[in-house]
Amino acid sequence: MTDTSETGPVLAADGTPLKRSLQRALRAQKIRALALIAPLLLFVLLTFIAPIADMLFRSVENEIVSETLPRTVIALQDYSGEETPGEDVFAALYTDLAIATEFKTHTRLGSRLNYEQTGISSLFRKTGRRVKRFATDAYTDQFVALDAAWENPATWVALMAEQDARSALPETASAYAGWTSIVLDDNDDPATEQPADFVYTALYRELAANPDVGAVLENPLLTTAAAAVPDFETVDIRAQFLDVEEDWADTDVWKTIKAFSPNYTPGYFLAAVDLQQTVDGVQQQPEDQRVYMMLFKRTMFMSLAIMASCVLLGYPIAFLLANLSLRTSNLLMILVLLPFWTSLLVRTSAWKVLLQQQGVINDILVWIGLVDDANRLIMMNNQFGTIVAMTHILLPFMILPLYSVMKTIPVTYVRAAKSLGATNWTAFWRVYFPQSVPGIGAGCILVFILAIGYYITPELVGGTTGTFISNRIAYHISSSLNWGLAAALGTILLAVVLLLYWVYDKIVGIDNVSLG
Amino acid sequence: MKLPPYATTGQRIWHYSYKVICGLIFFFLIAPIVVIIPLSFNAENFFTFTPGMIALEADAYSLKHYKDFFTNPDWQQAMRNSIRIAPVATLISVTLGTLAAVGLSQDHVPFRRLIMAILISPMIVPLIISAAGMYFFYSRIGLQGTYFGVVLAHAALGIPFVIITVTATLVGFDKSLTRAAANMGADPVHTFFKVQMPLILPGVISGGLFAFITSFDEVVVVLFVGSAGQKTLPWQMFTGLREQISPTILAVATILVVISIALLTTVEILRRRSERLRGLSPG
Repeated sequence: MTDTSETGPVLAADGTPLKRSLQRALRAQKIRALALIAPLLLFVLLTFIAPIADMLFRSVENEIVSETLPRTVIALQDYSGEETPGEDVFAALYTDLAIATEFKTHTRLGSRLNYEQTGISSLFRKTGRRVKRFATDAYTDQFVALDAAWENPATWVALMAEQDARSALPETASAYAGWTSIVLDDNDDPATEQPADFVYTALYRELAANPDVGAVLENPLLTTAAAAVPDFETVDIRAQFLDVEEDWADTDVWKTIKAFSPNYTPGYFLAAVDLQQTVDGVQQQPEDQRVYMMLFKRTMFMSLAIMASCVLLGYPIAFLLANLSLRTSNLLMILVLLPFWTSLLVRTSAWKVLLQQQGVINDILVWIGLVDDANRLIMMNNQFGTIVAMTHILLPFMILPLYSVMKTIPVTYVRAAKSLGATNWTAFWRVYFPQSVPGIGAGCILVFILAIGYYITPELVGGTTGTFISNRIAYHISSSLNWGLAAALGTILLAVVLLLYWVYDKIVGIDNVSLG
Repeated sequence: MKLPPYATTGQRIWHYSYKVICGLIFFFLIAPIVVIIPLSFNAENFFTFTPGMIALEADAYSLKHYKDFFTNPDWQQAMRNSIRIAPVATLISVTLGTLAAVGLSQDHVPFRRLIMAILISPMIVPLIISAAGMYFFYSRIGLQGTYFGVVLAHAALGIPFVIITVTATLVGFDKSLTRAAANMGADPVHTFFKVQMPLILPGVISGGLFAFITSFDEVVVVLFVGSAGQKTLPWQMFTGLREQISPTILAVATILVVISIALLTTVEILRRRSERLRGLSPG
C-alpha cells in the first residue's frame, strides 16, 4: 500500500502483468462455466427451441403453391383479377397439374387453398382425375405424323441436351424436365420413354409463338415442325379446363391462387384473427366464419373468471395460513400442496365424476331435495364446468405466492393501525391489504398465464362452449390438418404468454419462482 | 388468530364465519381428490355412491376396478410405457440439468440471464404450444411417434424444474468447501463428486422428482409427439375420460394419489434436510 513509488505495472508471481493474468484466469473461469452449461443449452435448443422456431416459421410459410404450380404462379404475375386469365395461364396450369397429379401433390395443394376458399379442393381433385385425358394428345399425334422421329425418346434427349435449345424453348425444356422427374420417380429411364402429351403441347405453343426457333438453332427437325405448326389442329386448353369444371372461369379461384403464390404469407395470421387475404386487400371473413376472435375473447374471459375466483378463494386461505402458528399452518399447507402434487388428470377425472348429471353433486342435491330428479343440473360440458375445475386446479398457484408475500407483512402494522383507532376493517383494508397487493399481482399473472394455455381440462369438461383457443390449435393439428393456422394461433398465444411473463418478471422476478 | 376476550358480537360472528369460509375452501380443495378414493372401490360400474356404499355394506365395495387395472392389457401396456419413459427422461434432465446448474452458479457467466431464460422456457411456454412445435419439428426429423422422441420431449420439459431446484440449493452452498478440497489436492471432478454433490444431493433429488412427476403426469406433449406405441398412463386416462368412461380410471387415479402423497412426503423431508444442512454450513 505504501510502496507506490514504482509506477510500472503490478506483476503476478510468474512475471506477467497482474491485470493480464487476472483476465486470463477470468476467461478460463468463463469458459469452464460455459462448458458445463453447453450440453444442456444445446439439448434445450435442439429439443425445444428449434420446435418453437419451426412453429413460428410454419405460421408464415407458404411454399406449397409456388412448389406445386411453379409455372402458373409465374404466368399469373400480371393477372389483375378482373376476368378469367388467358390461354397462357391455362397452358401453364395444364403442365403444372399434369406433373402434380403424377406426384399426387395437387390434392394437398387443393386442401391448402380450400382453407382460403371452399370448393377449391374438389376442383383440384376433379381436374386432377381428368387432366391426363385432355384432348392435347392431338398435338402428340400431329408431331408424330409429321415426323416419326418425334416419337423417339432419343430425339428428345438429344434436343434437350443442347444448352441453346433449352434457352430458346424454355417452356418445353421446363415441361420436359418435369416429365423427366416423373419418369425417374417411377424408376424408369427417360431415354427409353416417349414424353407425355403436355411436353408436346408446350413445344407446339412455343413453336407457334416463335416460328424462327428452328432456323436459329439450325435444327432441321425443329425447322420443319415450326413450318408445319400453323396448320396444326389446335386444342383450346382453357376450354378443356372449363369442360371439367365451370369454376375455372371463376375469377375468385384465380385471385386466391395469385394471392397465395408468394413463399411467405400473412394469410394464416389473418385467418387467426378472422380476416382474409384477397387480391383486393385484407378483408373481414364472412360473418358465419368468424370464430377465432370469439375464441380468443372467450379464452381471455374465462381465464379472467378463473383468476378472479382464484383470488376470491385463495386470499382467505393464504391470510389464514400466514397468520396461524407455524405448526398449524404447516399442517394445513398439506391440504394445499396435495392437490398441487396430484396428477392433473386425476383432478380432472374427479371433477368429471362430481359434476356429471348422474354424478355425486347432483345425487346429493336430489337427495336433499333441492333439485328435482327429472331436471338434474347440467354442470359439465359448459363454461361453468371448465371454470370450476380449473379454479380447483390452479388455486394452489394463487395461494402459494400470496402466502409467501403475506408471510413478510409485519403484524405490528395492523396493531399500530388499531391502536390509532382504526376498526378491524379499516386496519385490514387501508394497512394490510395494500401490502398484500404484490402477492395478488404475482398470483394473478401466474394463474392467468397457466389458464390461457390449458388444454386437457377444457377438452374433458368444457364440451363445446367451454373450450379454449388451445383446443382449437389441437383440432387443427390432429383433425383438420391445417398446420399453418394451428401454428399462427399458437404464435399469437405464445406472444401473449411471453408478454405476460415479461410483466411478471418486472413485478416479481422469474428467479423468485418457487416450487412449494 | 385468536379471538380476544373483549371482542364484540359482530367480531365473534365474523371470526367464526371466516373460519367456516376457510373450512369450505379447504373442503373444495381436498374433497374432489378424497371423493374418488371410496368410489374406486365401488362394486358397480357407477361413478356415484350406491345406496349400499352409503350404508357401508361390505358387498357394495370391491377391488374389481383394481383387478381390471392390473389385468387389462391396455392399462398394463400404458403402465409399462410410463415406466419406460419417465425414468429415462428424468435421468437426462437431471444429469444435464445438474451440470448446467453448477455452471450457472459460478461467479462469471456471460449471458447468464439469456441462458437462464432459454433453459427455463419449457416451463413458461404453454404445453399445447410446446406440443404443437415439437409435433411439427419432430415429424420433420423423423422423431415423431418414436419412443426416443417422447423421451427427449419429456426431458426438455423436466429441465426447468431441475435447474430451479438445483440452483436454489447451490445458492446456499459454501464455496470455501470446494476451495478447501482443491487446496488439499483434489481435482475438480473428485471435488464435485466427493464434496459438492453430497451437499446438493437433496436439491438434485427433489429436482429429479419434479422432473419425474412432470414426465409421469404429462399428457399433452405425448399425445402429439407419441404414437399408439407410446401410450402412457395419463394418455390412457385421457382417452378413457373422453370416450368410454370406465371406473377403472378411478382406481388408477387413487393409485396416482397415493404415489403423489409419497412423492410429496419425500420432497418435504428432503427440503427440511437441505435446510438443516444449510443451517450447519458457516456463512
